[in-house]
Formats: sequence, C-alpha cells, structure tokens
Amino acid sequence: MADKNEKEILHDLTGEEYKYGFTTDIETDLIEKGLSEAVVRLISEKKGEPEWMTEKRLEAYRYWLTLEHPTWAHLEIPEIDFQDVIYYAAPKPKKQLGSMDEVDPELKRTFDKLGIPLEEQMALAGVAVDAVMDSVSVKTTFRETLKEKGIIFCSISEAIKEHPELIKKYLGSVVPYKDNFYAALNAAVFSDGSFCYIPKGVRCPMELSTYFRINAAGTGQFERTLIVADEGSYVSYLEGCTAPQRDENQLHAAVVEIVVEKDAEVKYSTVQNWYPGDKEGKGGVYNFVTKRGLCRENGRLSWTQVETGSAITWKYPSCVLLGDNAVGEFYSVAMTNNFQQADTGTKMIHIGKNTRSRIVSKGISAGQSQNAYRGLVRVNPGADNARNYSQCDSLLIGDRCGAHTFPVVDCRNRTAILEHEATTSKISDDQLFYCNQRGLTTEDAVGLIVNGYAREVLAKLPMEFAVEAQKLLALQLEGSVG
Amino acid sequence: MLKVKNLHASVEGKEILRGINFEVKPGEVHAIMGPNGSGKSTLASVLAGNEKFTVTEGEVEFEGKNLLDLSIEDRARMGLFLGFQYPVEIPGVTMANFMKIAVNEQRKFRGEEPLTAAEYLKMMREKAQIVELDTKLTSRAVNEGFSGGEKKKNEIFQMAMLDPKLAILDETDSGLDIDALRIVATGVTKLHTAENATVVITHYQRLLDYIVPDYVHVLYKGRIIYTGDRTLALKLEKEGYDWLINDSNE
Repeated sequence: MADKNEKEILHDLTGEEYKYGFTTDIETDLIEKGLSEAVVRLISEKKGEPEWMTEKRLEAYRYWLTLEHPTWAHLEIPEIDFQDVIYYAAPKPKKQLGSMDEVDPELKRTFDKLGIPLEEQMALAGVAVDAVMDSVSVKTTFRETLKEKGIIFCSISEAIKEHPELIKKYLGSVVPYKDNFYAALNAAVFSDGSFCYIPKGVRCPMELSTYFRINAAGTGQFERTLIVADEGSYVSYLEGCTAPQRDENQLHAAVVEIVVEKDAEVKYSTVQNWYPGDKEGKGGVYNFVTKRGLCRENGRLSWTQVETGSAITWKYPSCVLLGDNAVGEFYSVAMTNNFQQADTGTKMIHIGKNTRSRIVSKGISAGQSQNAYRGLVRVNPGADNARNYSQCDSLLIGDRCGAHTFPVVDCRNRTAILEHEATTSKISDDQLFYCNQRGLTTEDAVGLIVNGYAREVLAKLPMEFAVEAQKLLALQLEGSVG
Repeated sequence: MLKVKNLHASVEGKEILRGINFEVKPGEVHAIMGPNGSGKSTLASVLAGNEKFTVTEGEVEFEGKNLLDLSIEDRARMGLFLGFQYPVEIPGVTMANFMKIAVNEQRKFRGEEPLTAAEYLKMMREKAQIVELDTKLTSRAVNEGFSGGEKKKNEIFQMAMLDPKLAILDETDSGLDIDALRIVATGVTKLHTAENATVVITHYQRLLDYIVPDYVHVLYKGRIIYTGDRTLALKLEKEGYDWLINDSNE
C-alpha cells in the first residue's frame, strides 16, 4: 500500500491472467467457413440425423436469413461476419483400443487440466459430466448409474437418434427458433449439447454437469441443451465453460431450454468463464445465449449464474411461470473487467395464479468495462396474486467502468405485488483502511469485500461450484468457520 | 515502544497536527483529551497510517522501527491496533471470517502456523467473553446492523483477538450507555499488561475511572499543550479547557 496506489492494486488484482487459455493439439475435423443451406445439411449429415431434424434446421435457417442483428442491448458489438465462421469442428477420434479407453488421452488430459476428470472418481464428487469440446460431446459419465433410475443423460445428438419422441415433443417448445436472431441461428446450426430427462417422481441422485470447451480456432460453438423434468421430479444441473486464449473473437450462441412439469424442480447453475479477451480488449468470446424455462403447476426453476468471462455477454435466463403456484428464481453475479461488456438479466413472465419470482442481481464492474442489468417482470391479466421481488445491486471498482440497469415492469393485474430495490456502491476508502488496519493487504481486502457483496448469490451454488466461483472472482475464500 | 517527535500532518493542504511530541513505554496508559477539532482522531489515524493524511514533518518510532515507512497492514501486524470511533460495515463478510484472516495474517507475519478451525473457535469464544460479546454476533456480517454499543464492544473484541502491543482507542466511550461503558472499559483493563500499552482518546473523565491513565495529554490546535497525571482529567471535567487554552494562547 505504501508504494502502490489503490488504483494500481485494483488493476493488478482485476488483471489476473486467464488460466484456461491453452489450446489442445488434437486433430480436428473442420468444415469450410461460411453458412448456407448446404452447410446446414452437411452438419445434419455429419451428425447422422434423421430427415425430420434436417428439415427443422433448414426451417430455422430460412427464417434466420430474414432477420437483422439485434441492436437493442447496451453493447457495442462489432459487425460479425457470419460467413467467416466455421460452423462445425469435431476432435477426430483416434483408433479405439477398447471400452476402457474410448476417450482420446489428449482430450482426457485437456479436461483434467480444466479440473474436469472424466474418470469414475467423479463418483466421489457425486457429479455426472457431459463434456463438450467444440462441436461434439466427448464423453458423458455415469450414464449407466443414471439409467437405473430411468434418467436419460446424454449428448443431444444421441438423444435425437435414440429418443426422437422426446426431442420432437420438447425441442424448441420453450425457445422456438422464431424467438430471436441467435435462437434461429442456433436452431439451424447447433452441433451438440446435453440432453437430460428426469422421469416422473424421480429425484436425480447426483448433480448433472455439462462442461463446454471451445478449442479449434475460428469456430463458433452453438450448443443446445434441453432439460425435461417430468412431474414431481428434481434435478440440479451445472454448466461450466472455458476457451483458449486467441486474438480473434470467437462466437458462441447457445440455447438452453428447460421444461419443468407439474410439481417438478430444476436448479440450473452456470459458471461462465469463456476467454474474456486481453487487457486491451483484443480477442475474447462473444457470448449470445438464450436460456429459458417453462414451469407448469407448482413447478420451480432456479437459475444461478456467475458470469466472469466473455468479451461480450448477452444473456437473460428466464422463467415462464405458466402453471398456478409456479416459482421462478434468478441469482446472478456478473463481473466485468478491462474492456468486457455484459448485458445480462432475466425475464419473469407470470401467467398462472399465485406465481412467485425472485431476482437477485449483483453486478461488479472494474477496469473500463460496461455492465448492464436488463430485466423484465411481466404479470399477465390472469396471474392473480403474483409476487415478485427484485434486487439489483451494482458495485463499481475504480472510476473508468460503468454500471447500468434497465428494469422493466409490465403489470396487468391489480392483485399483484411487485417490489424492486436497487443500489450502486463502490468499495470505500474507509472499508479498505479498516481492513488494512486489521492486517489485511488491499488485495485481500478487495477480494473479501467483493466476496461479501456476492455472497447471497454464491451461497446458492452447489458446494464445488461455489469454490470455483470464488476463485474466479479472485477472492479470498470465505472460511467454513462461523 | 512509541516515540513521536515533532509530528506534523495535513489533509488537503490544511495542517492539522503541528508538532506532536510524546513517548509511550510498555505498561503505560496514556489518555489524550482536548476540545473538538484539536486533532485527536487525526493523530490516531496518522499513527495507523491512513493515507487521507500527509505527514509533512517529524518522526515516529515504533518498536525500534520507523513507523512512517511501514504500510498500514505491516503496522497492524507489528502490533499497532486502532479502535475505530466509527467502525466500518462490510456486508456479507462474517465477523468470524474477518478476524480469522486478520489473526492468521498476523501469525504469518511472525512466522507462525495458521490456527486450526478448532483452535480459532476456542480462541474466539474466550476473547468474546472479555467484552461479554454475544458469540452470535461473530456469525453476522462485520458491524452490519450492530448497535452502537455492539460496535464498540466488537472493537475491543478484535483488540483481544489481535493482542496488540499498542492499542489506540479513538473515542471508544462515545455513544455508550453506562453498562456498556463499564463492560468496554473493564475489557480494556483486563487486556492491559506490563508488556503492552494503551492510548485512549476521550472527551470524558468517566472512562478514566476504569482505565486509569499514567499520563493525560491535552491536545489543542495540533499540539500537546499540557501533560499531567490522572488528576488533570478530573480538573478538566470540572473546569473545562479554558484555563489551559488561555495559557497557551499567550
């Protein structure tokens, strides 16, 4: 503190190197750059999809062609040349030696390096993993264990082949391709993702997790996740993402759809750590994601997200509370730094009676970043006694960043009760002095204060994810004491 | 232990401390009194290293080292403790966790192993008793929603945890009811040993009924204008500062 001013320290602290920036040297099956009907057909063919699926993709593609890139977000998005993107990249499988070794060792090492061992020891952690590298699912663990309970957990490509009835019924039912520009693009070119089905009355015995990794250069990643929780079931789902450090921008446009049937409950947690670009704002992932869940009667959906990566984030995990007494929750920590931009928030659509929703959004802006919360709470005429509580907090670190909030409330029912609270704060000199006087360095003090600020949201994450998230925020670990 | 020589300090170009001299030895208790705006809190802040203030002249030696060269956290780790007049809130960070980090930082500085969770919990329970602090408070966020009395007790609790060589207590008695004052003051007395020293900044002599000072300094316009023993505090209580101030203005 004596020879470094606070700004420098904050800069150092928030300027930590990206740890997941390595690339895996692995033979990759790439298709030509560019997008056309032929490319859409080629992707479908590569995946060995049935004709009905190819048609679905083409329908979405044709619709996408009629759309303009959206401009409403509080983001400065450089023009994206969609013909300059590779839409399919798959790690080439090496010769298989036997069932024990079905995963390429190089791939295995990649995921080990990322802290995602694909081995059976994950049993100890109680997590089943679907690992997606570039365009394809590499391996899904614990399928057999889950199968005993009737749970389907596999890549979406497999689900299309093996469970067409479920895919036909649910894919696109929550996020139709006509929803928005990137939803249409995704519906046309999605290459893989995870599928999960929890049968009636089943409580999934372990956390399910998908780990996304972009590896190949110049490729887009368009994954599609579909989770169906049938009546009275429960599942907790985790999603993690990283990408190598590259100078050019990479495009990521995912769609996550969640169907929460009557009396079911889904918890969906994300730690998003795509490569954010360097300190000058060069490179980084463009993250344009549509996430939405539909809750039927007494259904419950909880989104928790920790967003620290990506050059640009455009993401609004939402809940359509269709059935009576359905509950939607959104807990978010979004941290931006250097030249990152985030426009993130949620939509809570109250349709059923006595539906309830809760929004807790914590934005942290550092460097020269811009961080926006955008939210919609809509109460339809039939949603008697709907309840919403929203809290949007912003924390500014340094004096060159921006925090913005765009909360929209559209209430069409007189019996609804809606609350909104918002605060903007910065780490005060008095707080830092107090911590320093107790022997903490300024780095630790900032980490501690940020951690405390985000605590309410971090506490919602499953244990092992919470730890990762805290490290990501460059935080001093909140101890187990007290 | 602490030698302050001709200390001058200013904030935003305005000189607040204008040549402070005093010395604290192990086992001593010093009281610093004086009218509002005389520079008492500034003195405490400057000794702790608050960067709001600029030291323009003078020397401070603490435990044989040049205090003014040290960072705030190193001063703290060496055993300089400041009891804040207005303790700061840190939302979402539990008191227990905050102190755990502080205690272990100090141990690391001394080359000691960090405490285990069990050792730490035991220590926390013992120290909380000294100021009759409800241990439930330690699982709440630092100072958040604490009453005025709880905040001050919490400062002394932290002092107990960190076991400083030199504790500077900045108006620890302000805003306390009679019972809380007794508890806080008795706590400070219990922590006093022949090896450590305490500097209390106060407006009221009643605190000094519990914490008996060896020296009472009167600070006025950034200088110590008079030093006496504890009877000085009693005289000030009765007569105010006028007789000293008139003297010093001459």
